[in-house]
Amino acid sequence: MAVTGIVLVLFLIAHMLGNLKIFTGQTSFDHYAHWLREIGAPLLPGVWFLWILRTVLLVAVLAHIGAATTLALRARAARPVRYAHRRPVQGSYAARTMRWGGVIIGLFVIYHLLDLTTGALNPVGDPSRPYANVVADFAPDRWYVTLFYTLAVVAVGFHLRHGAFSALRSLGQQTPRGERRARAVALVLAVALCAGYLAVPFAVLTGLVD
Amino acid sequence: MNLTLRIWRQSGPGDKGRMVTYPVADISPDMSFLEMLDVLNERLTLAGEEPVAFDHDCREGICGACGMVINGNAHGPQRGTTACQLHMRHFTDGETIDIEPWRARAFPVVKDLVVDRNAFDRIIAAGGYVTAPTGSAPEAHATPVAKANADAAFEAAACIGCGACVAACPNGSGMLFTAAKVTQLGLLPQGQPERYTRVLGMVDAHDEAGFGGCTNAGECTAVCPKGIPLSTIGRLNRDYLRATAKRGDTPGT
Repeated sequence: MAVTGIVLVLFLIAHMLGNLKIFTGQTSFDHYAHWLREIGAPLLPGVWFLWILRTVLLVAVLAHIGAATTLALRARAARPVRYAHRRPVQGSYAARTMRWGGVIIGLFVIYHLLDLTTGALNPVGDPSRPYANVVADFAPDRWYVTLFYTLAVVAVGFHLRHGAFSALRSLGQQTPRGERRARAVALVLAVALCAGYLAVPFAVLTGLVD
Repeated sequence: MNLTLRIWRQSGPGDKGRMVTYPVADISPDMSFLEMLDVLNERLTLAGEEPVAFDHDCREGICGACGMVINGNAHGPQRGTTACQLHMRHFTDGETIDIEPWRARAFPVVKDLVVDRNAFDRIIAAGGYVTAPTGSAPEAHATPVAKANADAAFEAAACIGCGACVAACPNGSGMLFTAAKVTQLGLLPQGQPERYTRVLGMVDAHDEAGFGGCTNAGECTAVCPKGIPLSTIGRLNRDYLRATAKRGDTPGT
């Protein structure tokens, strides 16, 4: 869980930084998006780097889901008789939403790929004009898309809040002071990624980017 | 105080079990939770009914025998306290209290609120010991231990093995119990010879007993009557990573 999660978090950071290039204008953003397809050239021909990256991410996602499923099945088997009185959450709320939160994020990623990668669910849907796709996607009259993106990004934030701490702990973070630091790092990471990802749809919604 | 108790009754391991409601009257707020159950049992016995079976021994919070889930909380609403040291003044007059046994596949119900915690003994037997020198107690300064290590080891050694961590864990994991022993022995010089075989053996025994996997949810440390910190699990993880990198030795020998 920890290792695959870290791979995915590194991707999330890079993806967010790329998204923020939308504030530098249409030419710059479109240029960046086209450059992504040519990274590694001329050493790697065409979109090879992109496909290597996609393969790594797919393997990480599948391994992450596989490990999560194993844990969930073990948890189910470990408590055959449920409590009649459901206990209140005393640890962290984020920790208790990891499984369903993960499912929601998974469904969102599928929608997101159909929307802004293949363009199938996008009103413009032209892969050669990513800036136009984004602006059309979060137009004010398509507020429900923005709402769904917001909910999904917040779900990612909760997932990271527990996931980042838990990954550090799984990899051997062991002192109480380090635990406070690890929790702080996880919180900052979650808030920063949420803010960075939400900046784009809300900038389009409010007309800051058009 | 007058209370309504809803208690899990199960006549034996084969019985399906059910929640049964009992009204209890004239409970003193100064009684402990177990004394309140004693009052109920005396009345049940006088009425010719089967008393509620529950584990208890020292009744001063240090033996780890007692344990029940009270209103969804392992050992009840008060933090850092076992059920025997929980007093009735923490409840309100007229309240309905749900009382259930620890719920885990590794802790099968023996009767009513009594569960079989042998799984913990099997985890300890798989490595929770040191190659003990026999004879008289060694001189205190013969083996120096850094103060910080001694304190952290002592904190982990406070575990009484009650099983509340398993009862509270959303995954039904016994990792806090396992980690407490791994931490205690791993921080002391006496525990070094078996340090890496210990963690492999104990985690294997833990998984074989049918406990779930740890996801660092932190519910265990919130209910632990001895306040064993969650960071012990980090120490276990680090030892486990090192041990699996080394391997070679036979676990738990």
